[in-house]
Amino acid sequence: MGGATLTGGNPSSPEVTLDNLLQSPQGRDLLTCIQCGLCAGTCPYGDVMAYPPRRIIAMLRAGMLEGVFKSESLLACVACYSCMAKCPRNIQLTEVLLPLVKEQVFLNLAELPAELHKALDNTLRYGNPMAESPRKRAAWIKTLDFPIRVLAEDPRPVDVLWFVECQNSYHPRGQDVSRATAKLFHALGIDFAILGNEEKCAGECARLLGEKGLFDTLTDYNMAVFSKYHFNRIVTSGTHAYDAFTHRYPAAGFRYQVEHTTPFFAAYLEQLKPRLNRTLHYAVTYHDSCCLGRHNGFYEQPRLLLQAIPGVKLLEMPHNRISAICCGGGGGGMWLDTYYKAKGYERLSERRVKEAVTTGADVIAVSCPYEISRFEDALKVLGHEKKMIVRDVTELLSEAMEV
Amino acid sequence: MNILVVLRMVPDVVEELEIAPDGKSLNLEFARMVLSESDDHALEQALLIKERDGGTVTALALEAPEVDEVLFAALAKGADRALKITGPKEGVTTREAAHIIAGVISSEPGLKGADLVLTGTQAINDLDGLMAPLLAQELGLPFLGIVTGLVPNFSARVALATKEYPRGVRGEFEVALPATFGIQAAEKPPRYVPVAKVRAVMKSRKIDCVSLTETVEPGFSLLQVLEMTKPQPSGHAEILEGSADQTAGALCTILAERGLL
Repeated sequence: MGGATLTGGNPSSPEVTLDNLLQSPQGRDLLTCIQCGLCAGTCPYGDVMAYPPRRIIAMLRAGMLEGVFKSESLLACVACYSCMAKCPRNIQLTEVLLPLVKEQVFLNLAELPAELHKALDNTLRYGNPMAESPRKRAAWIKTLDFPIRVLAEDPRPVDVLWFVECQNSYHPRGQDVSRATAKLFHALGIDFAILGNEEKCAGECARLLGEKGLFDTLTDYNMAVFSKYHFNRIVTSGTHAYDAFTHRYPAAGFRYQVEHTTPFFAAYLEQLKPRLNRTLHYAVTYHDSCCLGRHNGFYEQPRLLLQAIPGVKLLEMPHNRISAICCGGGGGGMWLDTYYKAKGYERLSERRVKEAVTTGADVIAVSCPYEISRFEDALKVLGHEKKMIVRDVTELLSEAMEV
Repeated sequence: MNILVVLRMVPDVVEELEIAPDGKSLNLEFARMVLSESDDHALEQALLIKERDGGTVTALALEAPEVDEVLFAALAKGADRALKITGPKEGVTTREAAHIIAGVISSEPGLKGADLVLTGTQAINDLDGLMAPLLAQELGLPFLGIVTGLVPNFSARVALATKEYPRGVRGEFEVALPATFGIQAAEKPPRYVPVAKVRAVMKSRKIDCVSLTETVEPGFSLLQVLEMTKPQPSGHAEILEGSADQTAGALCTILAERGLL
């Protein structure tokens, strides 16, 4: 079955391949599946997949996985971790079976959807999926009224290495989030620095899509860059980067302490509170990112931050925390909107903002860099752009600090 | 049934382009090089023909920064051989490149006698699309450019080539083989090659190298670049302010003034 391998978060565990999967502890867990179908039922695209998770396990047991490899079905997997989170047998589907199968699906695809093809080519060549110049990755820092230290120019040891990630380095709205984040670091007196133009995509989406070679290439690159500098911890704005560093990079020797900006700032809540002087008269609903929420359990930290802002009223969507509906951007979904549309699938970002609007909130708050552009686009498509705006939690905090 | 694909590395316009201190050329030290898009289509067309009709595909390129990655990717996609011509000076012109490449094709074992010589119909540094016709001239082969479909019949020694014209008109041409074609677009978009496959090819395959011994005489290119400058802004956009009615009215006035309404 090819050379597909999985080296999960535990570097001491033996390499699991499709060939030895059923002999491994993780594979034996798969045999405990009771075929209840909760995974397929909770999957946001379970209704359109020829092979939802339950059926993939059934195909594995029947020795018929080849059929799954030849199907495009798993291109509809947006790596939202719902199937794993809801499994009554606690089968680690998204950690074990799905990545191995997706890798084979990816290798067997007759033709890669054009948008995705370009994003992967760009990520390999430029270190970001949007074909922006790697020499301009840190260009946004010139728009701030205080300097940001770039380690290549000033390699002294630093407390926080801030891994900005692609979307927040290049996308205009992502840059807004970066400016807000920098202001928060600055206000808290955090000793921080960035990699600047040396930084490249962490590669998590490539791995979850099945493009393991690209993920390995980016992992090797970023690990080599990290090893050049001395820092106490990595703080990243990317929920997907956080996920990659926490769960995937350890197999490549990653041993650094890593935090995502939202829980990182929540830990500084008491220092932040006296600075949140401006009353924001917003009704806010928080969208739980799949990586930060379901996969890593950070449900309360963003809510604590939002509730600390004077004037903010927090409203919950019916699908919140473990049941949150994915924005559709994970696992390569960010570059499959055209493909999904052509297949007649509903865009998940539209499904999500429809629900957000029903809460009556005027702000949908997010923590993941993908969600800003996805939700802003969805609001425009649905004609709701006057009813609701999208803000990262750090943007709202920064706004509340402005006097 | 040998197919030869000439691949060209061109400046990557994702990066800023800088003028060299001589004021007549690009600063190639600053530029990054990337495979010319229509050459990628030429390679894809060659691979499609190989998959349909058999034969071998050889990818050929002049030495340039990042060309090894491109040649290994060509091998990973299905090319049988990758060949790099080492030794030409930086920034050769299209005519010089065609002369060098034709010289290698004529002398290198396994290249002479290729049934199809394909390259992109244009490149960003060859907007006139001269590479394919110059190669054809040097090799003494027929040439057809701006081709969007190519179906060879190797046993009959002919190929049916499709060209597209304005207003949806298509032309089909029967061309005697061997021949040279400038490919505008392959029948399918160039394929994606997984990075792991390219990495494996880098370990298991090699790029053949041919050293260039002959030099191209100065003045061979006939054309001389006098000056190269970045575009200068010559005008400014006018932003219409006001309500939809006001801006629509102002826009109509402007269009009427310019004779467009």
